[in-house]
Amino acid sequence: MEKRVTFDNRLLPYLLLTPQLAVTIVFFFWPAGQALYQSLLLPDPFGLSARFVWFSNFEYLFNDRYYLQSFATTAVFTGFVTLTSMSVALLLAVLADQVIKGAGAYKTLLIWPYAVAPAVAGVMWLFMFQPSIGVLAFYMKAMGFNWNPVLNGSHAMTLVIAAAAWKQISYNFLFFLAGLQAIPKSLIEAAAIDGAGKWHRFRTIIFPLLSPTTFFLLVVNIVYAFFETFGIIHTMTAGGPGQSTTILVYKVFSDGFVGQDLGSSAAQSVILMVVVGVLTVIQFRYIERRVHY
Amino acid sequence: MATISIKDITKSYGKTEVIHGVSLDVADGEFIVIVGPSGCGKSTLLRMVAGLERITGGTIDIGGRVVNELEPRERDIAMVFQNYALYPHMSVFDNMAYGLKIAGQSKAEIKQRVDKAAAMLQIEPYLERKPRALSGGQRQRVAMGRALVRQPAVFLFDEPLSNLDAKLRVQMRLEIKQMQRAVGTTALYVTHDQVEAMTLADRLVVMNGGVAEQIDTPMAVYERPATRFVAGFIGSPAMNILQGSVTDKHFALEGGGTLALEDAGYAEKGRPILFGVRPEHLRLVPAADAVLNLGVTAIETLGADTLAHGKLAGANGVGGELVARLPGSARLSVGDTLPLAIEPGMTHLFDAESGRRL
Repeated sequence: MEKRVTFDNRLLPYLLLTPQLAVTIVFFFWPAGQALYQSLLLPDPFGLSARFVWFSNFEYLFNDRYYLQSFATTAVFTGFVTLTSMSVALLLAVLADQVIKGAGAYKTLLIWPYAVAPAVAGVMWLFMFQPSIGVLAFYMKAMGFNWNPVLNGSHAMTLVIAAAAWKQISYNFLFFLAGLQAIPKSLIEAAAIDGAGKWHRFRTIIFPLLSPTTFFLLVVNIVYAFFETFGIIHTMTAGGPGQSTTILVYKVFSDGFVGQDLGSSAAQSVILMVVVGVLTVIQFRYIERRVHY
Repeated sequence: MATISIKDITKSYGKTEVIHGVSLDVADGEFIVIVGPSGCGKSTLLRMVAGLERITGGTIDIGGRVVNELEPRERDIAMVFQNYALYPHMSVFDNMAYGLKIAGQSKAEIKQRVDKAAAMLQIEPYLERKPRALSGGQRQRVAMGRALVRQPAVFLFDEPLSNLDAKLRVQMRLEIKQMQRAVGTTALYVTHDQVEAMTLADRLVVMNGGVAEQIDTPMAVYERPATRFVAGFIGSPAMNILQGSVTDKHFALEGGGTLALEDAGYAEKGRPILFGVRPEHLRLVPAADAVLNLGVTAIETLGADTLAHGKLAGANGVGGELVARLPGSARLSVGDTLPLAIEPGMTHLFDAESGRRL
């Protein structure tokens, strides 16, 4: 039976919708519209006037070696952040699921990092791995590893990936743990009686049954790595050294607010919007089909 | 196929002991039903045989091999769960083939075994379906099929029928029995349903409070219940149990009223005892032959039978309630006083304190 609320007052439903609509319009549609419009403008360096240039901002971007490089950087960054944070979270969740004594304490400790703000997490990791004063950098150097994220692009990338992934592990852990606990115990027992060892049970029963959770987290993590890692990049490397950790969202910021190229920055935001839209559609249309059982 | 030998099994969770030393010897091919109220430890006992619960004390031996420290998969058993525990992301075929694939059987062998089991259980049309596209009864069959294809030494059933509706339950009960007879595999079956227990079992284990109160054939359990608990648990409606003591040729109820007894001789006079008689062993007789008179307070008409609930005439206060199962043709009404006799030899006496049969 369909459950439907009916209102006697014709105005009331609209009134009730207003707050949510207002928030969406003011904080999404309006700025998105502004970005769309500005992406077609070329303002002068002082921001006093702007010229309508059609799509030349986009044209310029797609011929810009640094912009294309930023795409690759984002792909590497997102891929590693998602993979690392999800696999580590899954491992921790599987282990925490088996703990009986002190399970609450383990869970609380594992969830804690989620409460740390991205910028704070970034600064923390920066201090630990700072080549001249970092505690861990000291030991790495002591072991003969020439660790220098300030000069070496790959080292810088590794560092931001680690920090970004670390922050997301708690979130993923929480969902994986809930997913694991939703699997009926008798299924695992049936598999054990059927002769499946621990690893085989995980591969053939537990992991397939977790797939809705895994899929959901995949979407959330990719979006996280794309957008919410700004604070980490900004505090740790500011996109450097060179352009080695400039992911797309960071380039929007640095080109617009540091480089004062507002037209290009707006065009980049529009591209980013499209990319995320496409990504989400692809994921829901093609991957989701395979996760239902 | 194998024998099972359970010796002095105990199970504790922390300091609480939930099973207090159960022993049971199961012959090859025997169908044993473990029955008892919820919380009596019957499922725990089964899970210890399966290897899903650790054994605190005692030994379990399957086919001459002590399995206490063996993993479930090393015990050569198959189990049917109450909620079926089918793998929801696999087809019926894959569900049944899962164990065989792990055992490294060839594709042809797997297909042959699954097809054979599917034919036996009449689930051939559903082999490609996912479990969620099956009805409760079909799922139950798949769960049985999964146990069957493995050709294990022992089948374990953990209340497999309790999620089915009444009609299907009767049908599946018969099928389980037939299947077990056909393959001749030793089976342990846990249930709280005494009808299921009576109809399926070669031998019954009646459990209560972590103790096996009686282990015997269904008829023996019915005819000579070893304890007051067994007497009340097996049989429906439950056995009438009256508290009182034996006087000369009479059984005197605590709350007043007496019964004439011809075979009360083996209880010493004055000893507090429990007197039991099954409702179906009371019959209507002419007033002159009455052993007891029942003041009818409620009537349940079942068609073939009529259940007369009432109080023993002369009994006052608590106690003295009785049920009599009378032929459906008996025309009764509330307020009648029925003269009843007990079928010869159908009384049960239990010690009031220990509950043991006298």
